[in-house]
Amino acid sequence: MSDVFADQAPVHATGEPAIVGAGPWALAWRRLVRNRVAMVMVVVLALIVGLCLAAPLYAHHVARTDPFQSHLDATTVVNGKKVPVMQASTSGLGLGVTPIGPTWDPRHYFLGADDQGRDVAARLLYGGRNSLLIGAAAALITCILATIIGLVAGFFGGVVDGVLSRFLDVIWAFPVYLLAISLSTVLIAKGFSIGPFRLESGSLFLPIAIIGVVYIPYVARPIRGEVLSLRRREFVEAAIGLGASTWRILWSDILRNVVTTAIVFFPLMVAIDMLTEAALSFLSIGVQEPNASWGTIILDGQGLLYTRPAVALAPGIAIALTVLALNVLGDGIRDALDPRAKLRRTD
Amino acid sequence: MNRVVKMLVLGSLLAAVAASAGSSGAASSHRGGTLKLLAKAAGGTLDPQVNYTLQYWQLYQATYDGLLAFQKAGGGAAFNVVPDLASNLPKPTHGGKTWVFHIRKGIKFSNGQPLTVKDVVASFQRIFKVKSPTSGSFYAGIVGAKACLAKPATCTLKGGVIGNAKKNTVTINLIAPDSEFKYKLAVPHASIVPANSPTSDAGTKALPGTGAYYFASYNPNKQLVMKRNPYFKVFSKAAMPDGYPDEITQSFGLTVESQITAIENGQADWTLEAPPADRLNEMGTKYPEQTHVETLTAFWYAPMNTRMAPFNNLKARQAVSYAVDRNALVKIFGGPRLATPSCQVLPPGFPGHVDYCPYSNPPGKVWKAPNLAKAKQLVQQSGTKGAKVTVLSSDDEVNKSVAVYLQSVLNQIGYKASVKPISGNIFFTYVQNTKNKVQINVQQWYQDYPAASDFLYVLFGCESFHPGSDSSINIAGFCNKPINAQMHKALNLAVTNETAANKLWAKIDKQVTDQAPMVTLFTPKHIDFVSKRVGNFTFSKEFYWLVDQSWVQ
Repeated sequence: MSDVFADQAPVHATGEPAIVGAGPWALAWRRLVRNRVAMVMVVVLALIVGLCLAAPLYAHHVARTDPFQSHLDATTVVNGKKVPVMQASTSGLGLGVTPIGPTWDPRHYFLGADDQGRDVAARLLYGGRNSLLIGAAAALITCILATIIGLVAGFFGGVVDGVLSRFLDVIWAFPVYLLAISLSTVLIAKGFSIGPFRLESGSLFLPIAIIGVVYIPYVARPIRGEVLSLRRREFVEAAIGLGASTWRILWSDILRNVVTTAIVFFPLMVAIDMLTEAALSFLSIGVQEPNASWGTIILDGQGLLYTRPAVALAPGIAIALTVLALNVLGDGIRDALDPRAKLRRTD
Repeated sequence: MNRVVKMLVLGSLLAAVAASAGSSGAASSHRGGTLKLLAKAAGGTLDPQVNYTLQYWQLYQATYDGLLAFQKAGGGAAFNVVPDLASNLPKPTHGGKTWVFHIRKGIKFSNGQPLTVKDVVASFQRIFKVKSPTSGSFYAGIVGAKACLAKPATCTLKGGVIGNAKKNTVTINLIAPDSEFKYKLAVPHASIVPANSPTSDAGTKALPGTGAYYFASYNPNKQLVMKRNPYFKVFSKAAMPDGYPDEITQSFGLTVESQITAIENGQADWTLEAPPADRLNEMGTKYPEQTHVETLTAFWYAPMNTRMAPFNNLKARQAVSYAVDRNALVKIFGGPRLATPSCQVLPPGFPGHVDYCPYSNPPGKVWKAPNLAKAKQLVQQSGTKGAKVTVLSSDDEVNKSVAVYLQSVLNQIGYKASVKPISGNIFFTYVQNTKNKVQINVQQWYQDYPAASDFLYVLFGCESFHPGSDSSINIAGFCNKPINAQMHKALNLAVTNETAANKLWAKIDKQVTDQAPMVTLFTPKHIDFVSKRVGNFTFSKEFYWLVDQSWVQ
């Protein structure tokens, strides 16, 4: 195997391998595990993902509520007393109705209610599932398509590179949020269809596809650059000289060396995609009602900032924590996969 | 004894004189200052014959006059029609088809030009030339209007509006008697402007008027400024009284939250916008004397497209009406002090209104509780269970919340509902056009004038439905021939017997409610939040707060 990681394999003074060394992936894993900050973030991330996956359990068995139905006339229990979820003002002119605030009781509106009387905690967990799903799926689309485009453009060069690079330039020419907002505004209203393939207007796959596509140039560019550099390396030229087929060189010599870049990008892209999703949902052009995401919950909380700030704060904190965890983990993965990188190395 | 009586009479007279002197003194001492109004955005064209927004109709009350006007008074008196530029409110002759108005003398426009009969005739022609939004409805009954609607540029209203400069009269001939014509002459679209006004929408350029104020400058991105009309003299206190502030400004651009804060801090005097839900409690508790809550003759409703599945099925429509919890919607709107549950079209206190609520549990005169079981049963019977339904709403906070609530209810009774919020700028025209295939949406209707037909005939009459047009106010596409025939009968009856007509409208209201082309949601109330320095707040039921009748010093 002509892998750049092979360059770092321990070699005995006699020229023979001393011990059968660990593979590059195993070495990278060891480095990652030794990075304590990254490991803490893995635990935080696992906790967030675990809690979000448990959303139906919490909603149906603990809070006993349907977070996708309005409960404007419902009541709940606070300190043993039955109280309305939406509380009409009784002072002054008696204007306004305020949803119940955090009770800190997981069985009864732990984080309070939103303007539809829905349990914010339950929606936060369900919303987290959607935000994480969109972030991860969009990042996967970005990384896979960017790797393919970068690989083909960098390896074949010439006209192919010219066409693909200009295509990336066109996408890059738009401010990313402007492009995402424009695509969402158009597609959210009527859905999207190519032949028999159709995405309905409320489908979660719409924001996934939109966010996944707009970030392709941001990953494809560095991968293309790396492929261009690898293309001139001796082991690639040797493989060509030995008569290896194009696909074999692409698969065994190039892809296996650039895949680490894509892997390093993945957690960082998940974080960026989650932020983009939150922004689109906040503008009502991402996840659609009655579905929730952390962005839609912030939107729900916008009108309650004065009276019930927890509705907007809770998803805001969840986003901040998840993005922080993903960024630190991304750095850790980069350090683990690229031992030469000095920047922010902890091992 | 006689002496005592004389003393008492003399004392009373002296007291009355002193009081009147005091009040006039107080009034003059309140004159002056600048009233600072706020709005999120400008209200579009300034042309009184084109603009159809409450935002500017409210300001036209102090800037433009018609032949007739709604009385500038608080409460129900605001529905009274009084002579304005005409010196009399004529009784129509020739079977109710001819109206002769005597034009007041000595009145000048804000540019110094005297008002003449020619201006009045030209103004009526201009309604058609500028394609006023109500030219085809309010004024289509004038003789010659048909030709004007077909060819607006050459409109003369021949035989319809005739001026007599010698007698200083204007005669208006109608094709048929119209019991509501006096109201139609009192709205801003019938404002009298100089004969040499442009025959196209004046846009941001203000036309001279005869009111107490004139529009001095208008920048839709920044501010609208009204100043005292230097040529104005009070000719009818009921129609156009003198105003208190020297200047009235309306500034644009601040968010609603910032506007409320500015008013609380005394940096501005009033906001056009409905206050955000999370500020209501603060306003009602900290600033109760600055918060004015007024009953409106309006309703919030959700028209259901009677020409499209699933709501082309009566049972499906009735199911939604049974399922909607009006109390829940009242909470979204800000609580029971700001809205009242309702089931029918005509709002309480409106001509023809008789309490009726068949969709309550139990059914009765007023709404008590929803009937979900009955709703689910009706959906099952209608065979529409599982149908996809999209609820459209304007994208502001309250409208969107109502749409989300309706989505929740529709899902509960067996539909697969989604919500589509649309920019408020295009929402109203978008939902009217049948090409957009809107199934159900969240709407509000505020009366143009106090007549039952303004709700029932305008919103549910066959003639208000125009397929493929952006101007098809019968959004439900409801056209029930027998009910429509009764509407025509009521319109004709009102010319001779208004009481009998209103009884018939009450019957029609019940029939329309039973057919459920809409779900009536609630009757709203109106909040005006003013600064501490605003005095003499007067709320007209017709045009809301009479801005120039309040003082700021």
